[in-house]
Amino acid sequence: MSSQQSQQDKEYLAEQSTKGSLFWNNFKEFYKRLAKNKTALIGGYLILFLIIVAIVGPYITTTDPSQVDYAVKLEGPSAEHWFGTDHHGRDIFTRIIHGLGITMIIGVASTILGGIVGILLGIISGYYGGRIDTIIMRFMDILLAFPGILLALALISILGASRQNVIIAIALFAVPTFARIVRGSTLSVKNLEYIDAMKALGASDIRIISLHILPNILSPIIVQGSVFIASAVLSASGLSFLGLGEQPPSPELGALLSDGRDFIWDAGHIAFFPGLFIMLIVLAFNVFGDGLRDALDPKMK
Amino acid sequence: MVKFIVRRLLQLIPVLLGVTIIVFSLMHLTPGNPAQIIAGESATPETVAQIEKRLGLDEPIPVQFFHFVKDAATFDFGNSWRTSLPVSTELWPKFWVTLELAIYSMIFSIVFGMAAGIISAVRQYSWADVSVMLIALFGLSMPNFWLGLMLMQWFSINLGWFPPTGWGSASQILLPVITLGTSGAAVIARMTRSSMLDVISQDYIRTARAKGLKERVITYRHALKNALIPVVTVIGLQFGGLLAGAVLTESVFSINGMGKLIVDRILARDFPVVQAGILVIAVVFVFINLLVDISYKFLNKRIDMD
Amino acid sequence: MKEEIILEVSDLRTSFFDEDFEIKAVDGVSFELPKGKTLGIVGESGSGKSITALSILRLIAKNGKVVGGEILFNGKDLTKLSEREIRDIRGNDISMIFQEPMTSLNPVYTIGKQIYEALKVHQGMDKKEGDKRVVELLELVGIPSPKQRMKQYPHELSGGMRQRVMIAMALACNPKLLIADEPTTALDVTIQAQILDLINDLQEELGMSVIMITHDLGVVAETCDYVAVMYGGQVVEYQEVKELFKNPKHPYTVGLLNSMPRHDVDVDELEPIKGNVPSVRNMPKGCRFAPRCPFATELCVTELPELDRKEDGSEVRCWIYSDRWDGDPEVSVRNEERTT
Repeated sequence: MSSQQSQQDKEYLAEQSTKGSLFWNNFKEFYKRLAKNKTALIGGYLILFLIIVAIVGPYITTTDPSQVDYAVKLEGPSAEHWFGTDHHGRDIFTRIIHGLGITMIIGVASTILGGIVGILLGIISGYYGGRIDTIIMRFMDILLAFPGILLALALISILGASRQNVIIAIALFAVPTFARIVRGSTLSVKNLEYIDAMKALGASDIRIISLHILPNILSPIIVQGSVFIASAVLSASGLSFLGLGEQPPSPELGALLSDGRDFIWDAGHIAFFPGLFIMLIVLAFNVFGDGLRDALDPKMK
Repeated sequence: MVKFIVRRLLQLIPVLLGVTIIVFSLMHLTPGNPAQIIAGESATPETVAQIEKRLGLDEPIPVQFFHFVKDAATFDFGNSWRTSLPVSTELWPKFWVTLELAIYSMIFSIVFGMAAGIISAVRQYSWADVSVMLIALFGLSMPNFWLGLMLMQWFSINLGWFPPTGWGSASQILLPVITLGTSGAAVIARMTRSSMLDVISQDYIRTARAKGLKERVITYRHALKNALIPVVTVIGLQFGGLLAGAVLTESVFSINGMGKLIVDRILARDFPVVQAGILVIAVVFVFINLLVDISYKFLNKRIDMD
Repeated sequence: MKEEIILEVSDLRTSFFDEDFEIKAVDGVSFELPKGKTLGIVGESGSGKSITALSILRLIAKNGKVVGGEILFNGKDLTKLSEREIRDIRGNDISMIFQEPMTSLNPVYTIGKQIYEALKVHQGMDKKEGDKRVVELLELVGIPSPKQRMKQYPHELSGGMRQRVMIAMALACNPKLLIADEPTTALDVTIQAQILDLINDLQEELGMSVIMITHDLGVVAETCDYVAVMYGGQVVEYQEVKELFKNPKHPYTVGLLNSMPRHDVDVDELEPIKGNVPSVRNMPKGCRFAPRCPFATELCVTELPELDRKEDGSEVRCWIYSDRWDGDPEVSVRNEERTT
């Protein structure tokens, strides 16, 4: 009895250690390849920089982003107001620093939310195949029939404009794109011999999926994640721009841009700087995603 | 080939059905009673009930859905809640404007995207390649509404070369088309480049070289035709993106197209118009994807059979 | 009786550059090919034989470069020609066929058009004249109903048929030299023999010279007059074929012959060469074959032997045949004749 017990324990420990090392090895491998790719590194540093600015910036900027001062309204860039002021005399630089985080959080949150649902559906679809696969993928086809921002528009028209609803709307658009990619990768991993061997040994589906399939399809998921954050940021700021997302006086970058359009005739800088920062975020994630793709899958070049 | 087309057409049925269900449920998932919205806050319960009856809102949901599909098939989307005009009367003129905008932008994307992609691939790693790819990366990362505003500010307001708003004349068309077409051009340029590079390393290109052909002939006659096949798919997807992106471009340039109409009516809670607009774009997109699939299959036929 | 030499390659060196790293894929290749004869270039994969062939027509990839030696074709050094001049030679005076018939034809053009292209470029034929010649060529390489076939796309043809098309394309302008880079490797065994016979017959008929690149000594025995054995990017032995099979000099050649199944002599056991082909990134300092050579001495490991030319025109790159040999003077390969 006791020897049997210790035997089981040993097996359990061995399993745990391989489990740990599988993830750890994947991660190490991932980092090694990433470090070799200059594009990915540049993108990564740019993202890191933007995150730090978004977190630390609001504590450093001296002015309040919503501090109104009509004496200096619609002023161009100056030493005092680096990016100028808006129609209420608010400092645009300060507002952008405060808005940067909001825009990034919306992009990342919607990608994570939609990504998780999409990954689950994609794995189920690819792993089990058959009817459930058909049903899920048909449903994804339906969602994909609404191009770009249109699905978000439809959803916002029901739910109304708010930050939470923007995140949900964009997440809904993320679901089918993740599901498709994950399904494809799952299919290619599923047919590897050792997965068959695991099945023959009686491993449960959940075990196989979480320990053997998921770690193997991480690369395409991470690449897709980075690229999708870029388009989520574009969509979110677009919705704010249309007045269907963040509402004034939020300093979200799309909303700032929306403010600026009304003053495009006399004060172009109000629209210029927020747009520049939206582009910077999107650029960072696109570059990072491009680099990752090259680093993780040389064949896709 | 015919079998393939028929199969793809059959596959469209569940997709179109699903799209219709989603669009239909827009109105029914919305908080609040539609009849109340039409009648206004202060309407009597009798008036509301009357409106409900007129619109068939008192019937069971499946029956309502059936009517919706039947009417939509004949382009009858009911009347606007705001203007009381038939939705199709409001929609069609604007649909053509949006379609025009999308098609011109598509042409812009294809012409500039492909040309840039080819130059990039042929002179891989040259300064021309590096700058084209950098521009493409920026084009891809730029919010198009911002690009539109900046173009408008510079060329219309500062320089006065183009009218800042509207649609119709050649000078009005140019800025919106650049605005909407830029990201598509960037995507097509990147795709063309990578596809060309892929083809250039193929064995048959070496054969062409061993035959003694000039590089120019090899590039344009042997490589390009093969390289364009995957680009076709991207072009199809881009078109969907253009229809959706038109919403923002139309808003920037105050173009009275379908995108602007949808946004305006979302804000005004005029659901029949919103429903119809979204449905039309989705259906057009679905059929364009079908066309792309078929042409891809057709172009790829010779390669596929290996 | 001095034979006319159509191609003379001396000390050819081709390198590939990966960032700052130089990979010497071909590092000292010399041989000559008399007019109308067939030269076999034999070696394992990675020995540099294909790169040698591609270097002749300057078809190596962008990051590769001929860094030394000369390639004299009818007295002209191909390495010194302008891009335009070499283009006039490609597909005209020197043609090449490749290993992979499945991917060597452009999938989006008919085979007739692809053959006609060569005719148009080099001989300025118009479409009508060209079509006639295409039919002639397809007939020549044994493709049935050529008038219909020329309108077909590559995917409609089998691998053997495609290789025949490649040969027809190569022969279009009556080349003086045909380079065949493992033309049968990707084909079924029965088709292999057909294609080899076809090349042999055409050579006799048209009086071409041929370079046959292969890893298969059987192919060499069947088709070649001369043979250059390559190892690690270098020619280690160059001989007339009969001599090579009768009296192989280099230990590597001996190893190759011993590892080849023969039906004429009873061999109890095949002897594979022990060890692996050295990596191009990590070449031995001395003789490239030394780590695998049963006779290797201190000298072999430390110093690279020269390709030494004998009076009979044969060449061998091995210390055993030099005055400096420090091993067993009665070493077996030196004197032994093989039964043939």
